[in-house]
Amino acid sequence: MLAFGVSVVLNRDPVASALSLVGSFLCLAALFVGLDAFFIGVIQILVYAGAVMVLFLFIIMLLDLRAEKRRHFNRLALAGGGIVSVAFAAELIHVLAQFPMGHLPFRPLGVEKLDDVRLVGTTLFSNFNLPFQVVGVLVLVATVGVVVLSRRELK
Amino acid sequence: MNVLLDFIASVPWGLMTAAIAKTLFLIFLVVLPLVSYTVYAERRVSALIQDRVGPNRTGFPTSLLGFQKDLQLFLGGLGQPVADAMKFMLKEEFTPGHVNKVYFWLAPILAMVPALSTLAVVPFGNFMLGQKMVVADVNVGILYVFAVASIGVYGIVIAGWSSNSKYPFLGGIRASSQMISYELSLGLSAVPVLMLIGNLNLSEVIQYQINNGWLLVPFTNGVFTLKKLVLWGPIAISFIVFTISMFAETNRLPFDLPESETELVAGYHTEYSAMKFALFFLGEYAAMIVGSSLIVVLFLGGWHLPLLPMNTIESSETLPGAILGLIHISVFFAKVAALLFLFIWIRWTLPRFRFDQLMKLGWLYLFEIALANIFLTAAILALWK
Repeated sequence: MLAFGVSVVLNRDPVASALSLVGSFLCLAALFVGLDAFFIGVIQILVYAGAVMVLFLFIIMLLDLRAEKRRHFNRLALAGGGIVSVAFAAELIHVLAQFPMGHLPFRPLGVEKLDDVRLVGTTLFSNFNLPFQVVGVLVLVATVGVVVLSRRELK
Repeated sequence: MNVLLDFIASVPWGLMTAAIAKTLFLIFLVVLPLVSYTVYAERRVSALIQDRVGPNRTGFPTSLLGFQKDLQLFLGGLGQPVADAMKFMLKEEFTPGHVNKVYFWLAPILAMVPALSTLAVVPFGNFMLGQKMVVADVNVGILYVFAVASIGVYGIVIAGWSSNSKYPFLGGIRASSQMISYELSLGLSAVPVLMLIGNLNLSEVIQYQINNGWLLVPFTNGVFTLKKLVLWGPIAISFIVFTISMFAETNRLPFDLPESETELVAGYHTEYSAMKFALFFLGEYAAMIVGSSLIVVLFLGGWHLPLLPMNTIESSETLPGAILGLIHISVFFAKVAALLFLFIWIRWTLPRFRFDQLMKLGWLYLFEIALANIFLTAAILALWK
């Protein structure tokens, strides 16, 4: 997963970058499945790898970005990116070192099979109903906005 | 070292061997032969429809050994898939100079692998030799099928793009827009079924249909109720929308715009030859088989046949139970074969859509019908507590 992630950044070819991102999504889904969270893993593939990245790839291929391959690295941006990622890694190590539960394994869940689809559904529609509805309205507003922005003027 | 030994001890070897055995059985003994004989059936049925004879005389090529005639099998022509496979393997593997090599080689793999891996969650029988006849009995079965099937579009897109020539590119673009559009109505049309059953696990879907009758043929358990009759309406609508979307997802003929040979030569696999082309071909037919088995599981009761006794996990280790298990597997694949015949029949009956008609059908009709159908089912289920 990390290898795919690195190759997203390092590849000069936009198509290769996009495909590496797909690979990294698949590996992330595998991590979720390894934790027995099948629902989240499968949704990860369905939404990101199966829908969002296909559209990305579609647009990259249609735009035919050959100029991107020839462009040189911007020194300043490179240095900035390096500093930010090193800082983030340092912070992550700092936090994880202080986390006392890190040495203990997870407690077993106590049930053979977890009906996680039903659990996610009931939690979403009972405890988090309002945020869920608000997100729905937000997505609707975004959709309407895109339609308005992309509509050409009729002559 | 200790960690390694612990790890080896903790692996459930029995479970793993069973899963691998089931996978090998399903893919190499059932699905791949079924794929090659679907190709053969396609040629024979198309010949029947067009009043031709079709490939009916492939036997053992004994004439190569100096005999006067080829030795005919008792059912002439059934050797045709073997001959086809030999042809694919022996042909020249040619990679054109203008292609993007890495992706050109990657694409056939990406077309074939998702089609076969979706089969992991499809229950293809009851019990055999003390094993449940499904490779992975996960609780998100149908979502897994949709997710992995949506990965399949990459194979086509990358094939079209990496071929670096205009017709494959157009084919790839058409394929991806078509598959994205119809995935929506495919997923939405399955929702009423899941609302009714209340479970995503495909084994549970079949169990529900054993207890309450197949969804599309709701009286197979011999009980007649008004609720079933009312619910049959939305189920039939969702069956029709699901089947049409499945045709579009597998690029079968009324929707085979990605490879329409009259305008795009052969679409995304124009530049491919020999085994790489064969992988696209096999992937397409494997996707057809997966689609048919999904329709069978969701609407036609899976491996269940009314009046046929069930075997249990214990009885399946004895001979009568094992035979019963084998009959259940055959029932499942007989239903799949009937649907495959429907696929072939429609291909040779209907003409191809225009691309704008295809998009209009997907976005303006099927999508709306599927959405309205969800509300209809919800209303019926809410009123009929």
